[in-house]
Amino acid sequence: MSSFTFTINGKSTTVTAEADTPLLWVVREHLKLTGTKFGCGAGLCGACTVHLDGKAVRSCQTQVSEVKGRKVTTIEGLSANADHPLQKAWVAEQVPQCGYCQSGQIMQAAELLAKNKNPSREEIVTHMDGNICRCGTYPQIIAAIQTAAKG
Amino acid sequence: MTKHFEKLALTRRGFVVGTGATAIAVMFGTASGTGEAEAAASQTIGTWIKIGDDGIVTLISPVSEMGQGTKTAVPLMLAEDLDADWSKVRVVQAGASNKLYGNPKFNHQQQTVGSYSVTGYYLTMRLAGAQARQVLLANAAETLKVPVAELTTEPGMVVHAKSKRKIGYGEIAKTAKVPDPLPQVTKADLKPASQFRLIGKDTPRVDVPSKVNGTAEYGMDVQLPGMLYGSIRYPEVQHEKVLTVDDSEAKKVPGVVKIVTLPVGVGVIANTVEGAMRAKEALKVTWSKTAPGQTYTQDRVLADYRTIAADWSKPGITMVKKGDADAALKGAAKVLTAEYYSEHVSHVCMEPLNATAWVQGDKVQVWSGNQAPAVMQILASIAAGTKPDNVTVNTMLLGGGFGRRSDGDDVMHATMLAKAADGHPVKLIWNRSDDMMNDKFRPLTVQRLEIGLDAKGDIVGWRHRIVNETYLGRVLPPPVFKAIGMHDVVSGGGGEMNYAVGNHRVEWARAARGVDVGAWRGIAAGYTKFAIETLIDELAANKKMDPLQYRLSLLKDDPRSAAVVQAVADMAKWTEKRPDGRALGLAYSDALNSHTAAVVEVSVDDKTGAIKVHHVWAAVDAGMAVQPKNIEAQMRGAMTFGLGAALREQIHIENGVVQERNFDTYQVMRMSDVPEMTVKVISNANEPTGIGEAGVPVVAPAIANAVAKLTGKRLRHLPMTPDRVKQALG
Ligand code: FES
Ligand code: FES
Repeated sequence: MSSFTFTINGKSTTVTAEADTPLLWVVREHLKLTGTKFGCGAGLCGACTVHLDGKAVRSCQTQVSEVKGRKVTTIEGLSANADHPLQKAWVAEQVPQCGYCQSGQIMQAAELLAKNKNPSREEIVTHMDGNICRCGTYPQIIAAIQTAAKG
Repeated sequence: MTKHFEKLALTRRGFVVGTGATAIAVMFGTASGTGEAEAAASQTIGTWIKIGDDGIVTLISPVSEMGQGTKTAVPLMLAEDLDADWSKVRVVQAGASNKLYGNPKFNHQQQTVGSYSVTGYYLTMRLAGAQARQVLLANAAETLKVPVAELTTEPGMVVHAKSKRKIGYGEIAKTAKVPDPLPQVTKADLKPASQFRLIGKDTPRVDVPSKVNGTAEYGMDVQLPGMLYGSIRYPEVQHEKVLTVDDSEAKKVPGVVKIVTLPVGVGVIANTVEGAMRAKEALKVTWSKTAPGQTYTQDRVLADYRTIAADWSKPGITMVKKGDADAALKGAAKVLTAEYYSEHVSHVCMEPLNATAWVQGDKVQVWSGNQAPAVMQILASIAAGTKPDNVTVNTMLLGGGFGRRSDGDDVMHATMLAKAADGHPVKLIWNRSDDMMNDKFRPLTVQRLEIGLDAKGDIVGWRHRIVNETYLGRVLPPPVFKAIGMHDVVSGGGGEMNYAVGNHRVEWARAARGVDVGAWRGIAAGYTKFAIETLIDELAANKKMDPLQYRLSLLKDDPRSAAVVQAVADMAKWTEKRPDGRALGLAYSDALNSHTAAVVEVSVDDKTGAIKVHHVWAAVDAGMAVQPKNIEAQMRGAMTFGLGAALREQIHIENGVVQERNFDTYQVMRMSDVPEMTVKVISNANEPTGIGEAGVPVVAPAIANAVAKLTGKRLRHLPMTPDRVKQALG
């Protein structure tokens, strides 16, 4: 076991864990930030997506030792009052069904909008294709991203 | 009515409304909290409606929220006739009780299955709301000293227009008394549709805000003081038993607290989730090799099932019997026969199965996303060796259910672990591989249809034989299964149809081969409609009729069905020519008590055999549309599910071992796979019917029909993978 210090949602934190522990479990079960979800554990579904220094990464494929000294943002830290344009659009379009994939979807989409203010439908699909939604909310996700982009 | 209710009915602050076997307890309260304490109090007294002094109306959701939107839709129906102010309505999840919360249309079982929620609770909710409103009116009349007849309501308040006085529900609640006798209501007292404020108005879902900021609580998210983590090493072949365990390596994994041999595998209890998962992988276990599943390889099973399907002398359960189909077939001028195959498909709920249990003495608490709280209560009690009454079930949000989460194996296994955890709560988490290898798949099914035609090509008799493994036979106690005539609507249902066919026989033959099966979104109709609807196209071709006209001719005495079929044809511009290399296919479904029709536009890559679906149009009549936009979303979601099962999803089992263990080999629909989907919701005054699954059955047959139109080849094997298409194309 070793200690790892990093920033999560703007606050510095230190956790004690095995170096190769997936960030996913550190976030969810050590830090109790359960908005980030476990879906496949293999980088195949995107449910566990968080931002690492602003870049969307799969937390199940990221070891805690890799985030030492870096900035992790989870769905809980995406905005102050759930008022990120994507979160507002997600409510307006009533995107979530079971909702389990949606933290990952929003974090993935946030990365897209941060670098591309006005993505085409095709760009949205390409960027989002690694995020599975078993409930099939894809059309609503596309609509919400477009709504958020329009501002 | 229970004793408890009788007592409650006598108190000044509470009363019981409701019809039939469902008793709806109403309480006037002191200021209502909105949090967990409120929820807990509400659950212990079984109160459905609480009207607080502060005007907050707390309503119970008796059903599980797994994405279908019933946590909003069911309480909303009550709020409509109560004329509650929706902004002051709080919804809390019910505890486990068939008696208090059972679905009136599902044998009073508290199960969220078969698309029964809105339809099952519809009248109960509305009448209860209307009756509770009458009580409020009676109290207001006394306070304002006016006749009840002069009073009306606005959301959350009683209005006396004459004197321009208003009195809020919270105000009334402060001093409310239960009138004696209690006002009675009938259907005639329900609010007319023209005055609806909530039904049909697309009220935002109550669960959505929590699902965009990470606060929604699924079973997976439970955190308790002193909680440990559980992981179980399961046998590769279902139902094998542990012979020997070498846990020397596993014990070295940091965080491991205990390793226990369970009836279902080897359990690890650890103080971190990563420790539990790692230790589980480090276990060396030998297993028995005696389970019937050892010989299960799906091609072999399919061949077996084909023989059974063709042999009407083999005993089966009669699912539909109208007229005399056997005689009609004997006398037919021509008999058209076709066989259909459908492979196992997996639920893969986005949230892998999990459950948390806490055993303290003979008391057990369970937290789980489940579709059947009362079943969980029984299973946990068995695992803990206590009475069901000692078990409290906390039903959390479900990260998908799709029929998987009534079984309760997750809850049972978590309780087994918790029993060994010396008073600590244990959260059992399955990884994706555990989730898939222990899934209760949609049954592998062979169907044989034999249609007798007269000289004009009209149907004189219809025989349909369904062969697969039973679901209800596995989950129901044997005497209960026997009492329902072994009529397994999950495995062997779906043979019914609204088409005018006089002599109709559907038989289900159970053929157990050692692999558990379950209910999968759309249940049996997911495969029976594939057979029926593609055969209908063949019958149309045989009669040289357009598939649309042919269906309409068979539905001429059923205007609702016909209207849906016509509507979707109009949406898709059925008669308009398509670009070269593309064709349309149509299918209709009356499954799950709703009317659904879809048209798809497809093309086929004849080099690879890949089918591409370019557009889906769908029309649905599920009676009164309580939440129209949500119905559209459910249709899209269900059709996406249907697309997966039609084109791609398939579980292979080799000698009992499930081959697909994650999303790499088990490919579900992704964003880039989903075509444009246009949905029309036809709302009317009929009572609402099921919507969570109605979109599934129509997809596969519509695609197969379009491919037949395009290529002349009939596809009869699900999923219609490129390989199978290529084979059919020759
Ligand atoms: S859980 Fe990380 S990608 Fe699926
Ligand atoms: S909303 Fe259920 S998996 Fe996406």
